[in-house]
Amino acid sequence: MIKMDNEYDVIVVGAGPAGSAVAEKCALGGLKVLLLEKRQEIGSPKRCAEGISVSTEKMFGDLPEKCVAKRINGCIIYAPNKKNVVIEYGEHGGYVVERKILDKWLATRASIAGAHVRAKTEVTDVIKEQGFVKGVKAESGGERFEIRTKLLVAADGMESFVARKAGMETTNQLVNVDSGFQYEMASLKLKDPDKIEIFMGSEVAPRGYVWIFPKGNNTANVGIGIAMAEKPAKNYLDKFIEDNPDIFGDAGILEVNSGGIPVGGFLKNMVDNGLVVVGDAAHQVNPIHGGGLKEASMAGKIAGEIIIRAVKNGDVSKKALSEYNQVWWKERGHALERVQKLREVVEKLNDDELNMLAENLSGKEIIEFTRGKKLLNLGKLLIKKPRLMKLAKKLF
Amino acid sequence: MWEIDRKKCLRCGACVGVCPKLALELKESGINHDEKLCIECGLCKRICPMGAIKVEEGM
Ligand SMILES: Cc1cc2nc3c(=O)[nH]c(=O)nc-3n(C[C@H](O)[C@H](O)[C@H](O)COP(=O)(O)OP(=O)(O)OC[C@H]3O[C@@H](n4cnc5c(N)ncnc54)[C@H](O)[C@@H]3O)c2cc1C
Ligand code: SF4
Ligand code: SF4
Repeated sequence: MIKMDNEYDVIVVGAGPAGSAVAEKCALGGLKVLLLEKRQEIGSPKRCAEGISVSTEKMFGDLPEKCVAKRINGCIIYAPNKKNVVIEYGEHGGYVVERKILDKWLATRASIAGAHVRAKTEVTDVIKEQGFVKGVKAESGGERFEIRTKLLVAADGMESFVARKAGMETTNQLVNVDSGFQYEMASLKLKDPDKIEIFMGSEVAPRGYVWIFPKGNNTANVGIGIAMAEKPAKNYLDKFIEDNPDIFGDAGILEVNSGGIPVGGFLKNMVDNGLVVVGDAAHQVNPIHGGGLKEASMAGKIAGEIIIRAVKNGDVSKKALSEYNQVWWKERGHALERVQKLREVVEKLNDDELNMLAENLSGKEIIEFTRGKKLLNLGKLLIKKPRLMKLAKKLF
Repeated sequence: MWEIDRKKCLRCGACVGVCPKLALELKESGINHDEKLCIECGLCKRICPMGAIKVEEGM
């Protein structure tokens, strides 16, 4: 095994977008960083539909062409009655990326910044002394060892096992997790290969939606995210594919993915003595569309800055690190909490009500809503229906 | 009784994230289940996108 040191300033668990962002930031800030990933290949298999907006792309900074599968110019949302709303992104386009390449590129950047990066190395336990995290137990290819650290970053994704081993309560509540299932498919007959497509309806995807995110050459990620459903997510997607032979008649399956998507339940506290939690592990995902790449990258940078200061000042106490809670809530948390309210409302709409929204809303308005903005307008529309009066008030 | 169909499981870890007792762990070899910790609440079964888990729910 390639040698690791026995002691670091910061150990980051999980080389997803959140972990790599923190590791890069801390290494650039002059800290000695170790980034550990249990999978044998960073980024694979993907647990993602790979859609990002231009604002996310800018945050990654100079995203290399090899990370992009397809540029996107808009989105078509289908209401349960098949009527659709077309959203033109205009100059603010989007991308469908290649996570396997993107995640490795982000980890490469952490490495270039000076972090030690180790795939196929799993953190199995957390070492705590006098109420402070002091190190981890790890395992690689059957070899077990301990490594000490001044601070541990739990960026271990939806599982959030490491943060919980360290004593934080980050368990995902069932109502706040989408069950996700996806095929990457070939030979599709897409309506518009430059747009993503979203299909809603209680039969298609209870409390969620089906997505088609094109990747070029008639391939696409075809997936579903649903909450609290009767049957496994796979069953709903298979039915959707069967019911739409015009799109899927000749389709091939290139890859099968699944995963849980935290869509709410933001944590008031994401730190402890010698411990910081970021990304999916801290439920940092947009609750309405399930996008977590932007959140992971933003939170990673916020956390990184505060960690650098704390380690350099020699104070990694919960109190010193709690600045991360404050900054994250100010910059992301409050907006995302409004989006969670939107989700709680949309989830409860029946098919007729969704059809009504599709008739009455413009693409621009829908985009604003997904950012937690102008929700009042939606509230005003819903409150006209007596059944929805109480629900709509959530948006006021 | 907790059971997993390893042929169905895609090793995505969704079940791990909702288990309130840390009874599940995702290893490279697949899901580890600690029956001493498990309270048979069935949450893991309900989140599993593949329908790979069976739990006879306890009281
Ligand atoms: C089906 C699905 C579709 C999605 N679609 C989109 C989308 O289109 N756009 C978007 O922006 N987001 C999407 N998301 C969400 C996005 O994938 C996540 O929010 C994002 O990957 C979170 O990044 P992360 O770094 O926090 O966690 P992850 O990317 O999950 O990375 C965590 C890493 O930690 C590792 N790890 C875990 N435990 C240990 C351990 N003990 N030791 C070492 N390593 C460990 C894991 O192996 C993993 O590599 C989707 C999610 C799913 C499930
Ligand atoms: S949620 Fe299902 S598919 Fe995913 S790891 Fe758990 S048992 Fe396997
Ligand atoms: S049944 Fe409950 S306690 Fe047991 S493994 Fe599943 S989620 Fe955990």
